Amino acid sequence: MAYVSVKGGEKAITNAHSWLAEARRGDPRVPEIDVAQIREQMSLAVDRVMAEGSCYDPDLAALAIKQARGDLPEAIFLVRAYRTTLPRFGASEPVETEEMAVLRRISAAFKDIPGGQILGPTFDYTHRLLDFALAAEGASLPAAAALSETPQPYPMPTIGSVFAHEDLLERDERPEAEDAPFDLTREPMAFPAGRDQRLQALARGDEGFLLSLAYSSQRGWGSTHPLCGEIRFGDVTVEFVPEELGFPIEIGELSVTECQMLSGFSGSAERAPQYTRGYGLTFGHCERKAMSMAIVDRALRHREVGEQADAPVQDEEFVLYHSDNVEASGFVQHLKLPHYVDFQADLQLIRRLRREHFERNNPIKVAAE
Amino acid sequence: MISTSTPRSNETERYYNYAYLDEQTKRMIRRAILKALAIPGYQVPFGSREMPVPYGWGTGGIQLTAAIIGPDDVYKCIDQGADDTTNAVSIRQFFAKVADVATTEDTAEATIIQTRHRIPEQTLKAGQVLVFQVPQPEPLRGLEARETETRAMHAYEEYGLQYVSLYENVSAYGRIAATAGYPVMVEERYLMSPSPIPKFDNPKMDDNEAILLFGAGREKRIYAVPPHTQVRSLDFEDYPFEVQTWEESCALCGADDAYLDEVVLDDVGTKMFVCSDSHHCGQRRAEGHVGPMAGHQLAQGEAEAAL
Amino acid sequence: MSLGIDLTQIESGFSDPVFGSQSVFRAVMDAVARPGTIADLGFAPEPPEGLGRAAGAVALTLFDFETPVWLDPSVDQARAQAWLRFHCGCPITADPQQAAFAVICAPESAPALGAFNIGDAKYPDRSTTLIIEVVALTGGAAITLRGPGIKGETGVSPVGLPADFWHQFAENGAQFQFGVDVLLVAGDRLMALPRSTRVQIEGV
Repeated sequence: MAYVSVKGGEKAITNAHSWLAEARRGDPRVPEIDVAQIREQMSLAVDRVMAEGSCYDPDLAALAIKQARGDLPEAIFLVRAYRTTLPRFGASEPVETEEMAVLRRISAAFKDIPGGQILGPTFDYTHRLLDFALAAEGASLPAAAALSETPQPYPMPTIGSVFAHEDLLERDERPEAEDAPFDLTREPMAFPAGRDQRLQALARGDEGFLLSLAYSSQRGWGSTHPLCGEIRFGDVTVEFVPEELGFPIEIGELSVTECQMLSGFSGSAERAPQYTRGYGLTFGHCERKAMSMAIVDRALRHREVGEQADAPVQDEEFVLYHSDNVEASGFVQHLKLPHYVDFQADLQLIRRLRREHFERNNPIKVAAE
Repeated sequence: MISTSTPRSNETERYYNYAYLDEQTKRMIRRAILKALAIPGYQVPFGSREMPVPYGWGTGGIQLTAAIIGPDDVYKCIDQGADDTTNAVSIRQFFAKVADVATTEDTAEATIIQTRHRIPEQTLKAGQVLVFQVPQPEPLRGLEARETETRAMHAYEEYGLQYVSLYENVSAYGRIAATAGYPVMVEERYLMSPSPIPKFDNPKMDDNEAILLFGAGREKRIYAVPPHTQVRSLDFEDYPFEVQTWEESCALCGADDAYLDEVVLDDVGTKMFVCSDSHHCGQRRAEGHVGPMAGHQLAQGEAEAAL
Repeated sequence: MSLGIDLTQIESGFSDPVFGSQSVFRAVMDAVARPGTIADLGFAPEPPEGLGRAAGAVALTLFDFETPVWLDPSVDQARAQAWLRFHCGCPITADPQQAAFAVICAPESAPALGAFNIGDAKYPDRSTTLIIEVVALTGGAAITLRGPGIKGETGVSPVGLPADFWHQFAENGAQFQFGVDVLLVAGDRLMALPRSTRVQIEGV
C-alpha cells in the first residue's frame, strides 16, 4: 500500500539507485559514451555546466553530464556540490579580456570596427535543417575551416577603447585594488547589491530565467533599448598572486564569452547624454546567456541612471533571489517529500470549516446526517 | 580542505573532510550558531554552502548537524515524525557515512536529533540538540515578499502586519486558521517561524530543556532557541491559541495525546489514525499499550524497517 | 605577505584540529545556551604566555581569516600575534569597532564593553564577542543572572572583573537586540554571558 512505500526505508533507496544507474546506461548493446566524447562533442553543454556550476573544469563538467543523464541543471548541481568542498586560495587578478585570444568577435553597432568582425564557430547563419549525415555512422571528418591571412591584432580593441576618445560611452570603472570582491559562494545575498554581487549572481544564474527576463525587457517590461556593442569569445589567461611570492603568476587559461550591451541615456542635469553599458561574462561559449546577462545587468542599474523601475527585470530582490537554478530546482522539487503532517493539520481545519459552513447554511440537513 | 584523520572505506567519501564540511565552513556556521543563541529568535545570515542534497531537502539542517557533530554523538533523524521516511533514512545514512557516528531511532538516546516538520512526543532533555530543517525562515514572508522590508520589521519590532493578518483570519473563519508553521514570539522580542511543524508542537518549544537550532540552507539563515526560553504562540485574548486534538486515538498504540497521521485504507473513506512519531508509537507498543487496530500490517512494516 | 614567523618558537595548536575544535565548540555552544554554567576545556593545548588555555582553545576553534581580532595590548603582541596568525590566520585589528572577537587579558585596563561593536539594528549578529580572562570563575561576589538559557535564576561569582563590569553588562543587556557577547575564561574553564542575560546587582 502507498503509505508503506512512503515509509520506504533503506532497501527502497538502494534499489532506486541501482535502477537509476541502469537507466543511465540505457541499452547495453549501444556503446557507452565516455567523458572525453561528451567534453569534445557536447562542448556547449559542458560550457553551460561550467558557467552555472561556477567551476571551470571541462572534464568534471562532462562527467557530471554523463552522471546526470544529460539533465543539465542536475549536472550543474553536481558540479556545485563538488566545488563547494574545494579549498579557496584567494581571488585571481582581474582577467583582461582585451588580451583575449579571440575565436569570435562581432559588433552590431558598427559595420566594421578596429580588429574586425570575426564570425567564428557560430550557429547564427546556419539553416536549421536537421543534418541527417550526422546520423550516419562513420561520417568523415568535417573539412577544416580556412584560416584568415590577416594576423589578429593584439590586444584586440574593445568597444570601450573604440569609443574612448569621444567619451560617448561610460568608462570602465575599476574597483580599488584593495576592495576584495563580494563572494557569493561564502556570503549570503545582501541588498542593495553591489555590482560585483549582482554580476556574480547573474553569471551563476539560470540561462533560461535570464533569457526570459532579458526578453521581457526587450518587449517593454523595463526596456533598456539594448544594442549589442560587442560579443567576444576566446581564451584568456588567469593570473594569481601567491602571498609568499608577492607578484602575479599565470595559473591557467579559460575560455570565456563576454558581451557588452549599449543603452542610450538621454542625460540629466549633472550628466551629459551618453551610452551606458550592461555587462555579461560566462565561462565557455554561452552567447545566449552572456547577452541575457548583459541586458539584465543594465536593467538592474536603473537607480544609477534615474530610470523608473516597475518591471520584474528591474527588481533586484526578485531577479537575484530567483536566478539560481540549484536553489530553485531544489525548492520546487522538495514538494515531492512527504508533507503529510502539515496536510493532516490542514485537513482537520478544512473539515471543521466545512462542517461549520454547512451548519450555518443548512442546519437541518447536518442534524439529519 | 581535504583532510581526515579517519580513513574511510568508501572511495567517494574519502575525498571529503570529517562530517563533509571543510573546517572553515564549520567555523563560519559555528560562529553563526553562537550569535543565534545570544539573540534568540533572530535570523543570522550565514554563507550557506551547496550540499550534496538539493536545497529544500534539509541542507540547512544538514549544515548545522555537520558543524556540531562529533564522534561521541548519537544521531537521530526524523521526517514527519518518523525515522523510516525516505529522506530521513537518506540523511541518517549520510552522517553515518561521513561522520562515523552512531545512529538511533530512540529519542532519549540521541544527542542530536535532526527533524523536518515535527518535534518528538517524548520530552527532550538537557544535553540534546534538536536541529530543524527550515524551508522558509521568515515568518512574515507570506505577508511581505521583500527581505529588505521584513528585515526592517524585525529590526524595529514592527509586527502589526502579522497581528492584522491573524485578525483577518479570525473575522473570515471565526478562528486563527493557521495550522502549521504557526508564528511565535521569542522572549517577547523576535517573531519566529517554528518551521512547518504543526501548531500541536508549538508549546513544546517554550521553556524546554534542549537546544533548538533552526537551519535554512537555501535562504541562508540560522536561528536558535536556547533552553528555558519563553516561546509564545501568537493569539488574541478572545481567541486564545489552541492545539490540534483528535477524537480518535492511535490505532496501533492507543495514544490519545499524540499527533496523529490519517492513513487512508481504501477509496470509500475507511481510514485509521496512527502516531506520526514512529519511535513514540513503537515504544508504547513495546510497553504493552494496545490500540484498536493493533497488529495491523503497518505496525509489522515498521517493525521490519527497524530490524 | 611573509610574516617572518619562526615556526620553532610557536606553541602548538590542537593535536587534532578537526576533533579538538569540535569538542571545544560543543562546550562553548552549551555554555552560551546555558549562561552562567561552567564548561571545562581540560583537553585544550597550551597557548603562548599571557593567554589562558580556554581563551586559546576558543581562538583555535572560532577565529580565522574572516574574523578581525582585537588583542589586548597587555599581551606579548609578537608571540601572541604570531601564534594567532599561524594557527588561525586571523587579521589583528587595533580598532574595537572592527573586531569580530576581542581577547581581553587585563580587564581593568581594557576598553569598556560599549567601545566594541554592538551590531546594527538589522544585523545585531555583527557584534563583537569578548573573551575576557579573569582570575577565577567562582569565589567572588555573588551575582544573580536571569534570561534565556537559565531556569529561573542562577548565581555566578567570577573573580577579577573591574568594579563596574556588571553595570556595563547590565547596560549592554538593556539595549538588546544590540550588544556584545561575553565569554569569561579562567585557565581551562569558561562561562558565557550572552547579551540576552539579565543581571541583578545587589542594592540596585
